[in-house]
Amino acid sequence: MGWLFRFLSSSIGQKFISGLTGLFLISFLLVHLAGNLQLLNTDVEAAKTSFNAYSHFMSTNPIIRILEIGLVLGFALHIFYGLKLYFANKAARPVAYATRDANANSKWTSRSMFLSGSIILAFLILHLLNFFVKARFGGEEDMYTLVVEAFKLPYYSIFYVIAMILLGLHLNHGFQSAFQTFGLLGKKYASVIKGAGVAVAVIIPLLYAIIPLYFLLGIGGK
Amino acid sequence: MALDSKIPSGPIEKKWYNHKFNLKLVNPSNRRKYHIIVVGTGLAGGAAAATLGEMGYNVTAFCYQDSARRAHSIAAQGGINAAKNYRNDGDSVYRLFYDTVKGGDYRAREANVYRLAELSNNIIDQCVAQGVPFAREYGGYLDNRSFGGAQVSRTFYARGQTGQQLLLGAYSSLSRQVAEGTVTVHGRHEMLDVVIIDGKSRGVIVRDMVTGEIKSFAADAVVLATGGYGNVYYLSTNAKGCNTTAIWRAHKKGAFFGNPCFVQIHPTCIPVSGEHQSKLTLMSESLRNDGRVWVPVKKGDTRKPKDIPEAERDYYLERRYPSFGNLVPRDVASRAAKQVCDEGRGVGTSKMAVYLDFADAIKRQGKARIEEKYGNLFDMYQEITDENPYELPMRIYPAIHYTMGGLWVDYNLMTTIPGLFAGGEANFSDHGANRLGASALMQGLADGYFVLPSTVSGYLGSTELKKVTTDAPEFKVAEKEVKDRITKLLSVKGKYSVDHYHKKLGKIMWDYVGMSRNEAGLKSAITEIRALREDFWKNVRVLGEGEELNQSLEKAGRVADFLELGELLASDALNRRESCGGHFREESQTEDNEAKRDDENYSYVSAWEYKGDGVEPELHKEELTFEHCKPSQRSYK
Amino acid sequence: MNFKLKIWRQKNSKDKGRFVDYTIENVADDTSFLEMLDILNEKLIANNEDPVAFDHDCREGICGTCSLHINGRPHGPKPKVTACQLFMRTFRDGEQITIEPWRAKSFPVIRDLITDRGAFERIIQAGGFISASTGSAPDGNAIPIPKADAEWAMDAAACIGCGACVAACKNASAMLFVSAKVAHLGKLPQGKVEAKKRVLNMIAQMDKEGFGSCTNTYACEAECPKGISVANIAYLNREFLKAGLS
Repeated sequence: MGWLFRFLSSSIGQKFISGLTGLFLISFLLVHLAGNLQLLNTDVEAAKTSFNAYSHFMSTNPIIRILEIGLVLGFALHIFYGLKLYFANKAARPVAYATRDANANSKWTSRSMFLSGSIILAFLILHLLNFFVKARFGGEEDMYTLVVEAFKLPYYSIFYVIAMILLGLHLNHGFQSAFQTFGLLGKKYASVIKGAGVAVAVIIPLLYAIIPLYFLLGIGGK
Repeated sequence: MALDSKIPSGPIEKKWYNHKFNLKLVNPSNRRKYHIIVVGTGLAGGAAAATLGEMGYNVTAFCYQDSARRAHSIAAQGGINAAKNYRNDGDSVYRLFYDTVKGGDYRAREANVYRLAELSNNIIDQCVAQGVPFAREYGGYLDNRSFGGAQVSRTFYARGQTGQQLLLGAYSSLSRQVAEGTVTVHGRHEMLDVVIIDGKSRGVIVRDMVTGEIKSFAADAVVLATGGYGNVYYLSTNAKGCNTTAIWRAHKKGAFFGNPCFVQIHPTCIPVSGEHQSKLTLMSESLRNDGRVWVPVKKGDTRKPKDIPEAERDYYLERRYPSFGNLVPRDVASRAAKQVCDEGRGVGTSKMAVYLDFADAIKRQGKARIEEKYGNLFDMYQEITDENPYELPMRIYPAIHYTMGGLWVDYNLMTTIPGLFAGGEANFSDHGANRLGASALMQGLADGYFVLPSTVSGYLGSTELKKVTTDAPEFKVAEKEVKDRITKLLSVKGKYSVDHYHKKLGKIMWDYVGMSRNEAGLKSAITEIRALREDFWKNVRVLGEGEELNQSLEKAGRVADFLELGELLASDALNRRESCGGHFREESQTEDNEAKRDDENYSYVSAWEYKGDGVEPELHKEELTFEHCKPSQRSYK
Repeated sequence: MNFKLKIWRQKNSKDKGRFVDYTIENVADDTSFLEMLDILNEKLIANNEDPVAFDHDCREGICGTCSLHINGRPHGPKPKVTACQLFMRTFRDGEQITIEPWRAKSFPVIRDLITDRGAFERIIQAGGFISASTGSAPDGNAIPIPKADAEWAMDAAACIGCGACVAACKNASAMLFVSAKVAHLGKLPQGKVEAKKRVLNMIAQMDKEGFGSCTNTYACEAECPKGISVANIAYLNREFLKAGLS
């Protein structure tokens, strides 16, 4: 196991884990999105029935419980290595430049993964407290009503949308960055992967963000 | 003292082979007991230190740069010659030998040059094995280009950065030895003296350029590979830090100085633009493969180049030297440029430049092909001059580039001080009075990888060396001298900066000891240098302390040495009343202004012995004999 | 042209250091940035003030010695040049120019604008070589090398080791430097023999020196005076993963 320890203690090894867990979390985003999209069903009663059945399944099924451990681990590793690398990177430049024209050589999004990640984390915690805890531990059965009511609150929906924009920015850099870290962003496929990254970064957060706006603007949920 | 060049007997192609057999060896298990100091980590020094380390010697290397990888060999652009004959165009070891002796205008030692040509092939092999990314053809085999002074394609290259790549090769081998523990490299250390004990070179005094500490290092042999002294002219293509201090200190300790007046002036440099200019930038000679050199036929023609019709252009190299054309050797091309500018036909604002025109080559081969070959050089030219060489012809002028002269060494590359060796540009050896393009890298690496490791071993194996430490009184005396000199420089507290003196010296050297020299000029140069030197020691201003990083102090020490070397250079030029290679005496020229050699009186190496400050140095002559290359008036017509 | 200069002055590695303002007048527009500093230093010496210490040597963009952070960017505002190849015509007349040393924990300041880049030396010593002792080489043409590989190796080998990549990176990461060496040697058949050991050892040393990690902002590529591509970093990552996980 010495090799694994050495691998995980190297900067590239840690980035590898960070990238791998990041891609894994994207798969979770897709599954979660599929569930959420049920809320857009214009037949309110059907939406309510299917969404609550889905929530019930997700919070009680034993296989999901096992997968949940993986998900928690994925988040934990992604956050842990993200923070570890962030602070190590800070320490690598103890004296800052007096002037720095960073926009001349790099994109703001690529430099702000800590910021976007932190806000997404804050959102995640709030989101867990509002919904997950209630469904999973509070025995809440009518998740549909709970969610729809929350989305009708402007401050909640707006924070949700902001978090999704940041998620988009995070994914925009994170997706292609992970492939670079895996060494797969070679000269041949770089443009394909970067294109896919942009698609992921736009489509997923956009679809998520449509849902609270749908309720906030009073288009659905009547 | 009589000079003994120790040239081995026997047929020329067997000399090195036999000599290696006759040299004494050191048993592999005993080698780590010997300590060798290498000063300078360019191609010669870096390669020697790495190879001696691989052999098992205990090596300490010094360089003034922060890293061994930054030595000025890195700036060589064009390529490295080797007699591989991969092009099947009639090349051979013998032809490379012959071309080099002829190119050097018959002022080099045949035996040394033959060895150089022989080793050229091993160098390419060694560099390829180290991972030097030489240019290749589509079949995967090594590519070649042609260079001035040769009619075969024997130059291997890595784009326009051959020196860089070869140096990185030597540096990586050196780094490997550092990791192995056989070599220790001290960057930002400058050698300020050699220490002689019982007539042998037994160590050096260095200054740690970060702390200012003066340190002693003892050794069994010392190798100087500290490059050339072109910066005596202030403006040159050398790096700003290049200096003569190491070899000049050795000279003052008894090493003879060989042919100091043999200085190469490179024909294709970007012309001087103003007073503020700190260095001259070379445009690789390889450009002359495709560029055509010309000036207007009329004097003082101020028309734009494109407005000058073909009939009113003088492609003077093609006109004067139809068989070599634009590819004549460097000395010939430089002198021809000076002549047309002196006639008032120079171009550009300063009128001290000629055109190097690619219009025909672009028409014939297309812009893409030219870009592929010279893209980085064209970019560099445009960066510096703000002119686009794809559209306008380049303006070029000769500049000081390389010094063929250096410490006199025998066939073993040992100076007149036993145990003190000199390699690369620091020695005088293989190029005679003029170096051919792509031969400096070849010589540096031949000395470093192959010659010095054998000959230094031979010296160690055959010499009784008593144990010496830095506690020896000779070290204490040398340390004190070094410290006193620093104190003296700092205590003058005069009016003028070091650069002020360096620029003045450069002007004297360029005006009187430059591309064209005459007796009256050389005599005034000597008088003026003496006066300048005196003024320097009375009026130089060096601020700061000795015990800190002090760039003014570093420069002051170097310029003080240049002020002494400059005089010797002029004296040597005065003594040599003939024109040969880079040394052109106006008193010795043919009717059509070509250089005229005087083999009867000057077929010798000048080896100057230092006799004390203010005392005339003594000239020793090493007569040159030519058994294979019969001296003839060089003709590139 | 006239300029207002704001230059970092620091007596030695222990000194705290500070910015000092200077003005400089009548500079010709074809003066290089370093020549402009020469002119300033001549002026300072004339006024009995300590000249500004800065690293420089070849002044033709190849030795990699010069290392100035100019107006917020390594080697200044012009892409693909070193500070010595930067000319004053790039700046506006009267412009304020801030000059700082490279900033990184692994590149401590020695004096004024000079830093110690010894960490790069130790990374190369950890494995940036091919173990081919003098005398052991076969003929140069014994192993044909595909032109594309030789070209890639040469592109990577063009690195001058100046450290602008570290200076530009928000994490002070040395990945572009290390990747250039790993790719240069790894792309050649001669370098493949030791590829695994090389990449593991060089990365271990890089981490040990205290450089940050790469977060793929690609600031290094944008600022590299030799245009070294971040495709080399992808190559390095791939080689490292291959070596570390197999």
